Amino acid sequence: MLKQHPTARFILQRAGWYLLTFLVAVTINFFLPRLGTSNPVDIILAKSTGGLSAQAAREKEESYLKEFGLVKLDGHGNILRDTTIRMAKVWDASKQVSVSKPDTLIKPIKASSLDQFFTYVKMSLSGDLGTSFQKYPKKVLDVIVQAVPWTIALQLPTIVFGWIVGNVLGALAAYRRGLFDRVFFPVALLVSSIPFFVFGMLLVYYFAVVLGWFPAMGGYADEIIPSFSFELFGSVAYHYVLPFFSIFLILAGGQAIGMRSMGIYELGTDYIKYAKWLGIKESRVLIYLFRNAMLPQLTGLALSLGTMIGGALITEMIFSYPGLGMAMLSAIQNNDYPMIQGVTLIITTCVLIANFTVDIMIGFLDPRVKAGLQMGGN
Amino acid sequence: MKLLKNLLKSPMFVIGASLFFGTILVALFAPLFYSVTLDRVGEQYAAPGTGHWLGTDNLGRDYISLLIMGLRSSLYVGFLAGIIATALGTLLGIYGGFKGGWIDDILNMLTNLFIVIPSFVVLILISASFKDGRSLTLIGLIIGATTWTWSARAVRAQSSALKSRDHIWLARINGDGTLAILVKHILPYLLSYVFMVFILQIASGILSEAAISMIGLGPLDTQSLGVILNDAKSNGALGDGVWWAFIPSTVLITMIVFALYLINTSMEGVFNPRLRK
Repeated sequence: MLKQHPTARFILQRAGWYLLTFLVAVTINFFLPRLGTSNPVDIILAKSTGGLSAQAAREKEESYLKEFGLVKLDGHGNILRDTTIRMAKVWDASKQVSVSKPDTLIKPIKASSLDQFFTYVKMSLSGDLGTSFQKYPKKVLDVIVQAVPWTIALQLPTIVFGWIVGNVLGALAAYRRGLFDRVFFPVALLVSSIPFFVFGMLLVYYFAVVLGWFPAMGGYADEIIPSFSFELFGSVAYHYVLPFFSIFLILAGGQAIGMRSMGIYELGTDYIKYAKWLGIKESRVLIYLFRNAMLPQLTGLALSLGTMIGGALITEMIFSYPGLGMAMLSAIQNNDYPMIQGVTLIITTCVLIANFTVDIMIGFLDPRVKAGLQMGGN
Repeated sequence: MKLLKNLLKSPMFVIGASLFFGTILVALFAPLFYSVTLDRVGEQYAAPGTGHWLGTDNLGRDYISLLIMGLRSSLYVGFLAGIIATALGTLLGIYGGFKGGWIDDILNMLTNLFIVIPSFVVLILISASFKDGRSLTLIGLIIGATTWTWSARAVRAQSSALKSRDHIWLARINGDGTLAILVKHILPYLLSYVFMVFILQIASGILSEAAISMIGLGPLDTQSLGVILNDAKSNGALGDGVWWAFIPSTVLITMIVFALYLINTSMEGVFNPRLRK
């Protein structure tokens, strides 16, 4: 049936491929942290039993074991235990003697790492990223859901504006060449080769510390309680300026360079020469040029929207911006492995979704790929 | 030779190459002329000029010493990661592209798979798991092992385009084996291309190390430009206006990366005459 619907087949094929990639990513996400010298399981156990009575420590340990999928569970979510009954000495306060009683907390059966892996995959697929270790008993997903809007608010406008401005300038440089290009190109190259974090630090130093124009850190002033008030909005906007520019300029520079070389390439093609020879208005030619040079740039836009979630990690850390980057930094400092794994999985998922979208988009936009589809090729 | 002559005509290349080789020379020979030490030589954050040209850090260590060590580490990581990523990518790309068939399919699938999984994520996960034994070499190895995919994809496309050229058929008729053809008849065509990839991989290695160090997952056994920045940030030097704690390091990183980009862009201009004018 799919033979008659090449488009549907194409989409399904890509979806299947990305599902496979997602599974590989989940596998990597599970096994890599367990590869090193200090694996999360030991850290969780070591931390969970400090400063508590024996009984409480044990209960806490078991609740951790259960939370993090380290023990076998029965169908009702209860911990499976070693069934051989052991007797334990228990202090009977009323009789002032210790008596032998069956141990009510017989050792749980530990899950093998393969079992743990399957639990992890099952949980991830159902959207459960586990429990944060540092902010126990908060769920990882809840922490992420709180942080993500900040990250998106910082990144989305920055990427879109940077992309537009960069492309327009790049196309102009390609078309005009001459003095504008000779000044513009090295500047764009320099700006785009400044690492995000370096530029962020310099901005903070000059505009926040030396001049004192803008706040050095945070997403809003500390003394404001987050609510939908005019005051908060103003504070957020004020805190937004430096992080915005730290990404915007570099991004625009990079886009401009890409657009410039695409533009120069297109300018050398026959159709532009022909159009010029026909005496078509310059602005018209520029539009043709723009449209054709656009496809790779559009792909770039979609891809950078996908890396958006992960892209600002370091910028956020520098500005102590309350997004995912800060969540990640504090997770790293506190060995909060479930949190680290949760954030990395979210980042990877977004990148995969963006790539999938780009693949499909190109399938529909690029005439060459489209023709291939219609001819029934793969 | 003619190529080099063309390159030397490009001011971009000359500036980039001199900057880059300058930093390499400084990294190699500075310890001969300057006594590099990690001992406490002054008070906390002593300002530049007070016996130390670039001041001291929060532990009273001389910043020039730290920067020289950091520069050495960053270049080391850049070259290590660059060599691994380029060699691995070239090997897999050239072989897959030339062979075609199922070998190519599998290699291509592997490449595409690891291209979409963000390498910085893999770097974070591995670095976070090596809490104690995280060395500079380990970080370089990981960066190399996670970034080869770009070189592989680029080289594969070139190699695949070359394989049906006439001179390759002639070599086959002559009875040359795959290895001989790859080394004698395909690699020479790709050398300039591979070199450009290598330059970019060095830059990305240096940047990756700085980035991973910035978030506190850097090498524990040595200084690096990223570690200096992380120390400056976590000790509040940024907010206190202690500019000598981070400006020299940021300038160095930017300068190296800019120099490498200049080299790459100018080579692109020479190899692709359309961009020249």
